[in-house]
Amino acid sequence: MSNCTEIRWHGRGGQGAKTAALLLADVMFQTGKYVQGFPEYGPERMGAPITAYNRISDDKVRVHSNIYEPEYVVVVDESLLETVDVTKGLKKDGAIVINTEKDKETLKKHLNGYEGDVYTIDAKKVSMKCLGKYFPNSPMLASIVKVTGLMDEQQFLNEMRASYAHKFASKPEVIEGNMKALEMAMKEVR
Amino acid sequence: MAKRERLSGNEAVAIALKQINPDVFPAFPITPSTEIPQYFASFVANGLVDTEFIPVESEHSSMSAAIGASAAGARALTATSSAGLAYMWEPLYLAASNRLPLVLAVVNRALSGPININCDHSDSMGARDSGFIQLYAENNQEAYDNMVQAFRISEHKDVQLPVMICQDGFITSHAVENITLLEDKEVKDFVGEYEPENYLLNPACPTAVGPYSVTDYYMEAKRAQAEAMKNAKDVILEVAKEFGDLSGRNYGFFESYHLEDAEYAVVMIGSAAGTTKDTIDQLRKQGVKAGLLKLRVFRPFPAEEIAEALKNVKAVAIMDRADSFSNQGGPLGAEVMSAMYRKHLQAEAINIVYGLGGRDVTVEDMGEVFAELARIAKTGEAGDTYRFMGVRG
Repeated sequence: MSNCTEIRWHGRGGQGAKTAALLLADVMFQTGKYVQGFPEYGPERMGAPITAYNRISDDKVRVHSNIYEPEYVVVVDESLLETVDVTKGLKKDGAIVINTEKDKETLKKHLNGYEGDVYTIDAKKVSMKCLGKYFPNSPMLASIVKVTGLMDEQQFLNEMRASYAHKFASKPEVIEGNMKALEMAMKEVR
Repeated sequence: MAKRERLSGNEAVAIALKQINPDVFPAFPITPSTEIPQYFASFVANGLVDTEFIPVESEHSSMSAAIGASAAGARALTATSSAGLAYMWEPLYLAASNRLPLVLAVVNRALSGPININCDHSDSMGARDSGFIQLYAENNQEAYDNMVQAFRISEHKDVQLPVMICQDGFITSHAVENITLLEDKEVKDFVGEYEPENYLLNPACPTAVGPYSVTDYYMEAKRAQAEAMKNAKDVILEVAKEFGDLSGRNYGFFESYHLEDAEYAVVMIGSAAGTTKDTIDQLRKQGVKAGLLKLRVFRPFPAEEIAEALKNVKAVAIMDRADSFSNQGGPLGAEVMSAMYRKHLQAEAINIVYGLGGRDVTVEDMGEVFAELARIAKTGEAGDTYRFMGVRG
């Protein structure tokens, strides 16, 4: 599957990493791709490390294993850098996107000598400013879309508005905040 | 008009059920099948179906309520996983032996212990002798398609047996993937109205369901049940043919993938078959004649058809996502080897237990299985025929 992009998400239970992976599958489906978005659960509790995955391909995706050599890694919770080998198998010509307020140089010592591109986004700042609460998944989703260039930014925002309208049908008041978080994250990720 | 969508396996089954609009759905939640009744409950609340949804206090009760509803003449189903399936063991046999058409949506998960919420086939494989027809799926599409076909098979007058439709817990139940759905009306017309011949709420023909059977009659009842399972073979194929004409997606007892000229074959059930197809594509490019038999129907067991499909292979690995603790291998291994013996096949065969408790299966893992088959074919020595894959030493 040479035309298949593989993405691995690291987060903690309750942060929405799984939801972000499913939303990414959702919006990429709208571009006509074959998609996969799925979680890998450890113990079922808030705060436990969880992994989620995406495959995005021009061809039907048949493989049902986890992803061991991703093109991209998204770290939703910075504290995982201490305990999880987040760059394991990550391709050198790929990239890692980390939710942090720290600079790249400080982070690099936690990345086991990873030679590929490192992107950072302060998802907490974005989330607090746009939503007034800490939900890192929307900013992280926007960041990975920006970094991968998987889809046109405006198209992404349009699709996400439709997705949120469906997802938050019972609490539409959070839609605008999440849309702002997406837009701000796309500008801030670097 | 087919509808392109992206859904998890659980959503796919729930939407099939919305389109079918069954009469009665009793349910008790258990991971990873919980989402099926959860989605369905929202359809009920929003008035999209007119099903009687009954929240019960246990799986023993959910199956019992489905049995009661079916006996009364309703189209009924429930859903479960793992320990929930184990807890409905007694009524499973009642559903089958009383010849009650109903459907059980199983999302396969390991049984305790150690406690584990992830996929293997121990739950439904443990129920293989309950008298249920069993259909398995590789992905969300097949789970949906099997659900649409299930009531037709179950309610057929020559069958009248309950059907389990099974998919892999989390791996397909919680994975969002592309899927093509039928229109609501297409499903409604395909499944049709349920018109039971005998049922409790028919005052014109009083009948008893589940009475005591003395020794003089018990064995005749069981023989008739066995005959129904035999009849299910033709019915499964008839329904699949009609479904294929409607959807363009064709089903049989199993799917053969590059099996026609294969020297080395894998026989397996469920989501890992998709992974194995990628392995086979890689091997075929290298000139290795690898093939796959992915079993869809485990009950009734299509022994002759499987043996016929494997007649030209040199070596075969039968992969079980459950162990029988027989010290011989898993249930699929035992049945496939038995089928091969009766057909006098000479191929070397090994049985590999894999993927227990959600242990991952990669394209590379399956490459090693085919490499082992090539070694076995070359030396003519199968070695230990009962093996485990992916266990740390």
